[in-house]
Amino acid sequence: MSEPRIPSLLYGEVEEDLRAALREVLRDRCGWHEVLARIDTEEAYDDGLWKAVAAELGLAGLLIPEEFGGAGVGAREVAVALEELGRAVAPVPFLASAVLATSALLACPAGEARDAALRVLADGSRTATLAVTATTWPGAGFPLSVTGARDADGLLLTGAVTGVLAADRAELLVVPVVVAGEAQLALVAGDAAHLARRAVTSLDPTRPVGELTLDQVRGRVVAGPEHAEAALGHALRQGAALLASEQLGVAEQALAEAVAYLKVRHQFGRPIGSFQALRHRAADLWSDIAAARAAARYAAACLAEDAADAAVATALAQAYCGEVAVRAAEECVQMHGGVGFTWEHPAHLYLKRAMASALLLGTADRHRATLGTLVDLPPAI
Amino acid sequence: MVRERGDVSDTDSEPTDEPTDTPSHAPTDEPEREAADGIDEAGIRRRVADLVAAHDPTTMSSVEFLGHRFDAGLAWVHFPVGCGGLGASRALQQVVESALIAAGAKTASGYRNPIGLGMGAPTIAAHGAARLRAELLRPLWTGEEIWCQLFSEPGAGSDLAGLATRAVREGDGDWVVNGQKVWTSLAHKARWAMLLARTDPDLPKHQGLTYFFLDMTAPGVEVRPLRQATGQAEFNEVFLTDVRIPDTHRAGEVGQGWAVSNTTLMNERVAIGGAASAREADAIGAVARMWRDRPELRTPGLHDRLLRAWVECEVARLGNERIRQQLAAGTPGPEGSAAKIAYARLNQDVTRLWLELAGEEGLGYDDWAMRRSELGQATLGARAPGYYYLRAKGNSIEGGTSEVLRNVIADRVLDLPREPRTDTKVPWKEMPR
Repeated sequence: MSEPRIPSLLYGEVEEDLRAALREVLRDRCGWHEVLARIDTEEAYDDGLWKAVAAELGLAGLLIPEEFGGAGVGAREVAVALEELGRAVAPVPFLASAVLATSALLACPAGEARDAALRVLADGSRTATLAVTATTWPGAGFPLSVTGARDADGLLLTGAVTGVLAADRAELLVVPVVVAGEAQLALVAGDAAHLARRAVTSLDPTRPVGELTLDQVRGRVVAGPEHAEAALGHALRQGAALLASEQLGVAEQALAEAVAYLKVRHQFGRPIGSFQALRHRAADLWSDIAAARAAARYAAACLAEDAADAAVATALAQAYCGEVAVRAAEECVQMHGGVGFTWEHPAHLYLKRAMASALLLGTADRHRATLGTLVDLPPAI
Repeated sequence: MVRERGDVSDTDSEPTDEPTDTPSHAPTDEPEREAADGIDEAGIRRRVADLVAAHDPTTMSSVEFLGHRFDAGLAWVHFPVGCGGLGASRALQQVVESALIAAGAKTASGYRNPIGLGMGAPTIAAHGAARLRAELLRPLWTGEEIWCQLFSEPGAGSDLAGLATRAVREGDGDWVVNGQKVWTSLAHKARWAMLLARTDPDLPKHQGLTYFFLDMTAPGVEVRPLRQATGQAEFNEVFLTDVRIPDTHRAGEVGQGWAVSNTTLMNERVAIGGAASAREADAIGAVARMWRDRPELRTPGLHDRLLRAWVECEVARLGNERIRQQLAAGTPGPEGSAAKIAYARLNQDVTRLWLELAGEEGLGYDDWAMRRSELGQATLGARAPGYYYLRAKGNSIEGGTSEVLRNVIADRVLDLPREPRTDTKVPWKEMPR
């Protein structure tokens, strides 16, 4: 097989600076006590935190070119931001807005509506989402759930989408729509007439999903048939590849919590971290996380360089990192014993984030199947 | 919490049974801080150019050229002057290697003398007296003298510090050694050995050990091949009967053998952590090719396992590459132990998958004959699948069992509390064995 060059898998200076700045904000404003308190309220998202990281730190515009007011950096920096946001299980719509919706818009052809949307996303004054069911994987067929009809003023959209990230929060929706049998992407305002939005109770209360119901809702086309499928695919692949870094962050935090507890919890007259049964499991988790970091960095680097191996790297990272995060969170619960199963302890926050993330943008099994195609390991007939 | 780097080992604290896997504290790094002045990349390139101009590598034997290279301080640039080095930064070694490859020079053969180059040289440089360094390093480097390591014993594997081979000094004269060592690769070719022996059984296990460089041609050294489950013999048993070692061939102080051996073992871990191979270069490639070429062998369950294994192998490969990049950037991390655990498990899983996929072919075996073989797994394709399956069983045992390596990670990286021990404070001779 041909040998793709492996780009740098280390963290650069800009990335480390970004990490330090973001970590400081999250430490001050997004401790697990705060996250835990929030999930008992009606306000799923921490808008103050989102403003601080999206606008003041500039996270919302990381991917957006400078000409639209963004930072114009790239996937590596976004990946580091996701690591930190994952570590904190931060209740902000970063993945939905700054990754999925932004990537979709960036892959649309330049135009007045698209460019204006990028500008308000870049400065953090607006939040967007990609109106697809969040379990949709890169390579899945174009969604058929919303259809559009042209009228004199543009496009009217009708249909329903379930399982949408930040459905009730986003001010802008990037909606895949089928118009006369052809795929398009439309931009819809969150407060448009005849648009119903509803949050549903979600497995991960720090990143809830919701439903969109559209009944003749006005939208503007941002990608026609020649661009829509590619733009959606690009967004889903970016999202999947970068989600791996968030999963890495969740896994690291779950392990850190578990290890801290293994050191202080005493049973049988010893710290439980001195029992080899637990030491070895913690060591295995650490090893898996080290491997997950390599996979996540490779995916981010391949995206950043638009490398030929990007599709393989994405499927690889998603086939690996989600399962590591789930295992880390599960072990975090188990190693804490009884307290790890209580609502008052943060372990369930990591577990819910990890498990829900493992379903987002394609399960590990979906991505393994994709890899089978990409690297010529076809299924049994 | 989770730390990015392993601790340096500290002989004053409670002894541990595992070396640190972070190379940064190696005594061999001392010259980096002291003497790196003036030797930058340009200086290295100039020295390489001078060497090649004076000794055209294309016109002489590789041993001869390697000797000149040693004398020019370009063997290990981070070693002290006179020891094959320049006291330069370790990172500059890569400059030498690539410049010499470009000049058509053969590089030192880690394949021929892996123990010597990987573990012997750093130990000699760090702990050998000046006269020993002058005597031993050059022929080690050129490959004229092969090295082996006499550490493990039938009664001391993971618990190396419990070893029983005795070295008794005759007055102020020679040491006389008696004991049995095992799993000694290359003993049958070796001129020199790194020997760890017990010099004081009245002290606790870690404290009564002393480290020697042993002349394998000395009377009383007997090497026997050790046949393994594959049928072949990569390793040896070494019997030491009244073997005499001059005190001048001692490395480090009497009783400091454990600390000295840590230099050796630490470098073993680094050596095994290795660089990234190409995609599908390992056993997973053989299985993948069989899957592609033989559709009649495919089943859904094996397909799932193949894809899982492919993912894990590729992730492990990227992990190794990340370790290599960290080393190259001068920021080594503790991931080497994890990489070794992963390699062992994956190679075992993949070779088993290979046999299951191969079906009837997996029932056969190519050759059970007892014969000497090179160190490590045979080249892919050279042997029947069953050989690779069996050989892989050694991967989680050799060079530190996976269980010991998990303890290394738990101790050094995660800083978890140690297991209570009963064996570190009592005299060695009172330990149950």
